Amino acid sequence: MSLYSVQKLLYQLNRDPGVRKRFDAERAALLDEYELSGEERTAIESGDVGLLYVMGVNGQILMHYAALLGQPWDVYINAMREGVRKHGPVRAGLYSMLKDRRR
Amino acid sequence: MSLVFAGVCSHAPGITGRAARADKSVRDAFYAKLDELRLSLEAAKPDALIVVAAEHFANFFMNNMPAYCMGMADAYEGPIEDEAWLAIKRRLVPGNADLSRRIIETVLADVDVAYAEEWKFDHGIMVPLHFLTPRYDLPVIPVNVNCQGPPLTPLARAYEFGRALRRACDAQPERIALVGTGGISHWPATPDSGTINEAWDRDFLRRFLANDRAALVSYSDEETLRDAGQGGFEIRTFLTVAGATEGATGELLFYAPIPIFAVGCTVATMAVE
Repeated sequence: MSLYSVQKLLYQLNRDPGVRKRFDAERAALLDEYELSGEERTAIESGDVGLLYVMGVNGQILMHYAALLGQPWDVYINAMREGVRKHGPVRAGLYSMLKDRRR
Repeated sequence: MSLVFAGVCSHAPGITGRAARADKSVRDAFYAKLDELRLSLEAAKPDALIVVAAEHFANFFMNNMPAYCMGMADAYEGPIEDEAWLAIKRRLVPGNADLSRRIIETVLADVDVAYAEEWKFDHGIMVPLHFLTPRYDLPVIPVNVNCQGPPLTPLARAYEFGRALRRACDAQPERIALVGTGGISHWPATPDSGTINEAWDRDFLRRFLANDRAALVSYSDEETLRDAGQGGFEIRTFLTVAGATEGATGELLFYAPIPIFAVGCTVATMAVE
């Protein structure tokens, strides 16, 4: 589990236009620089917000990333709900301690 | 001169970014009170505005996370977010490095505050500025209290940080305004976005407006997480303002849950002696 690396990549992507440029132009080389599991790499490559949420990416990092991907608000919220439905509760990090208020 | 103004307001990105989706009457009443806050701020004739915010991984990450940090630059850029998503255009915001340095030097006598000569603003500062300094003509000094990446500073320390900020402001010749910005109960950036615990919010606001230090610092993080969500950790920014105005009480200008904004929208002022 390399949640730290996933979050670090998304943090840098969110705030640094240079990293964004590399994400668009040479994504594989950029991702090689982070210690990512196969599942994490695939989730980032495919912009799978739901799975990234379940992995435990801090929601504030993920929200800015979803905005960067151009996801409309409802699509982004539904992606997290669908992620939990498909992959189960949040696995790690602060958000794994939250109780699901909708139950 | 001294601290000449203190207030608090919400900063959720939906306040600007999802404006069209809110109930128009409640939204406009909220915006009107934000404008009232702007007028009060302007009437105090400040030379600079300190914004105590809970930043959201725009500058600080878990590789080096300060509990408290202040900006020390002559300009800051923001927002980091997609401009269309936040409905705020990217721009340079003026700062005042010299004033920052003098305030930081004084705060350091009491609290080990970090400083940053680079700082990018996210919605946590840009949304309040959008309403409070719409011409971006007032130098801003950003302050971050880590509310996102635990371990977090204890509430009593956030209050103490406010006291230290006040002493530092009162030691300067400039007129300084202070605005704290954060959510009360909310579950932002989760599938439960839009959930708001209004009863908890109103009880918190009662403690805040009375500046009841003992009641304000009595929450445990476990209780806050359970009752007010991870967004509730941002009450630290309110506690800093309460510490800076210790002995004074506040006036609530507006509170209403606006679910599409994902927060109980709040505007209040605190008296400064």
